[in-house]
Amino acid sequence: MPHIWCPGCGHGIVLGALLRAVERMELDRNSVVMVSGIGCSSRIEGYADFHTLHTLHGRALAFATGVKLARPELTMLVPMGDGDALAIGGNHFIHAARRNIDMTAIIMNNLTYGMTGGQSSPLSACGEYATTAPYGTLEQPFDAVALATAAGATFVARSTTYHVQELSRIFEQAIRHKGFSVVEVLSQCPTYYGRKNHKGDAVEMMEWYRDNTIPFSSPESPDGKIRTGVFSDVDKPEYCASYADMAGALAREGEKGGDGR
Amino acid sequence: MTDAVEKKTADDIRFLQGNEVCAEAALYAGLRFFAGYPITPSTEIAERLSERLPRIGGRFIQMEDEIGSLCAVIGASLTGAKAMTATSGPGFSLMQEAIGFAVMAEIPCVIIDVQRGGPSTGLPTRAAQGDVMQARWGTHGDHAIVALTASNHQDLFRIVVEAFNFSEVFRSPVIVLLDEVVGHMREKIRLPAPGEIELSERLTTSVPGGVDYHPYFPREDGRLPMSDFGGVHRYNVTGLVHDMWGFPSDRPAVANDLVHHLYNKIENRTESLLLYREYHLEDADTVLISYGASARSALHIMENRRAVGMRIGLLELQTLWPFPEELVRQKCRKARFVIVVEMNMGQIVREVKAAVDEPERVFLANRVDGTMITPTDIKNVMRIIEGKGV
Repeated sequence: MPHIWCPGCGHGIVLGALLRAVERMELDRNSVVMVSGIGCSSRIEGYADFHTLHTLHGRALAFATGVKLARPELTMLVPMGDGDALAIGGNHFIHAARRNIDMTAIIMNNLTYGMTGGQSSPLSACGEYATTAPYGTLEQPFDAVALATAAGATFVARSTTYHVQELSRIFEQAIRHKGFSVVEVLSQCPTYYGRKNHKGDAVEMMEWYRDNTIPFSSPESPDGKIRTGVFSDVDKPEYCASYADMAGALAREGEKGGDGR
Repeated sequence: MTDAVEKKTADDIRFLQGNEVCAEAALYAGLRFFAGYPITPSTEIAERLSERLPRIGGRFIQMEDEIGSLCAVIGASLTGAKAMTATSGPGFSLMQEAIGFAVMAEIPCVIIDVQRGGPSTGLPTRAAQGDVMQARWGTHGDHAIVALTASNHQDLFRIVVEAFNFSEVFRSPVIVLLDEVVGHMREKIRLPAPGEIELSERLTTSVPGGVDYHPYFPREDGRLPMSDFGGVHRYNVTGLVHDMWGFPSDRPAVANDLVHHLYNKIENRTESLLLYREYHLEDADTVLISYGASARSALHIMENRRAVGMRIGLLELQTLWPFPEELVRQKCRKARFVIVVEMNMGQIVREVKAAVDEPERVFLANRVDGTMITPTDIKNVMRIIEGKGV
């Protein structure tokens, strides 16, 4: 089908894995809302047959918070780019995690701002090249898993476009999880990040993910490799449910004869 | 919480703060979702709604910043809820991008800006009316906007209800410009009974599930029926220029039509959006034009000068945008002098000069020191214009 992604872009793999997860779960499409930000990643919502909302750069989680709090029964999928989620969107990211509001944040991390031509992002590795880092980036990247966990996310996972079967299973777990789920997907931008940093073509970039990641549960020492898998999956009070409980308690108190104004 | 001085009688008379009036009026209009961030002098709106909303099945959330607040409001509105936020100058500046999104995606919502001294952090606890032009042009790109204001609590209640009505009818964000004086002062108000002020409900599509629904295809009367997120129609909403299905398009014909549509749906319907009060304009040869807290002083000096025989009248604007050009032109036709009274360096006065037949007859009486413009300030300007000195 016609779409805006380059040949070799990893985002199509993410879309496929996500849609297969939703299909396996047999979710009613009318109960699913996909909210994205701005960037190549965020164009994903235009290719999905749900209630779709293409918002502002960095603000997907804020829009999604409004949708979810108003209609808590809806399933919220929030795919975002790496800069979209953790640069301009960083504040909304940590607060949505802190609230543990029930939605699935998907960080489609291709280590660059692809739509605008390949600038460095807060997830680009130090020393690598980008159009705004012609001599190499000077900054250290975020560890999105650590950031999400520290901020309070209750389901945190990482996978890659190479590990597409695992990715789809992780998506299913993340969506089922009642609370703020974060799935970081290591993806490839062969057009900009890959080309500028001599990473090879899309296949080579995905094979690099195969060779340089190690499951979280592995007994082996990571030895510089990137950990993947489910890092945490815990149960804590979810925001909308807490609000509903509070409202219910107020209603019962009102019934007992208080002057509720 | 506050309201220790509220008393209920058969006619629901209250003594409320302007911000509290905003909250009550919004609830009267059907508000069920508020997201906001504390900022002086608007915080009381959030505080009151944090208490009232969960008791009536609504939802309140204090977001991490003003940007997130308006974004959450827009998200909630898409599910069918009447939604609002409230802020002041610095927060209003932050919200501009999201206001543009609501304009572009045609999503009803209300934004209250309780203006304070600016620019920047300015005078958080002092009055000004410096955000008028920002309300019109703050968000980038060609667009139209609706902005309302009021000078007293009885009118303020109605204005806030009308803001919700206009936002639904025109599928647009509506800005309510208050100022710190009206927002923080306490005044007697009779709360309207249910049904006393007509409400405009969300126009939802009659297209049944399973049949193609076009979110951006106007009906014959120009209105665009909506469908709730979570309902039977799945469609796309974006801030990109889009076709009638809501999907992005960069075709020139689509872009041209959309920009004209967003502009014309408001600018061609100014008479339906026009709210104002007039006092003694029939025989006035001095016309005062004012709005918000400034209008209270203008009203006072007008009545004071009338009592000594001066032929003076007041046009109190309640709709600031779209600017009522034709109304102003008509009301000023026979005036010798037109004096625009506002607490800024002259924002509405520019619109008045552009609207009237003889702009050289238009003068500005203003004050920008954070204190309320007084009747004496206005009288002094009148005396200078008449060559009498102060």
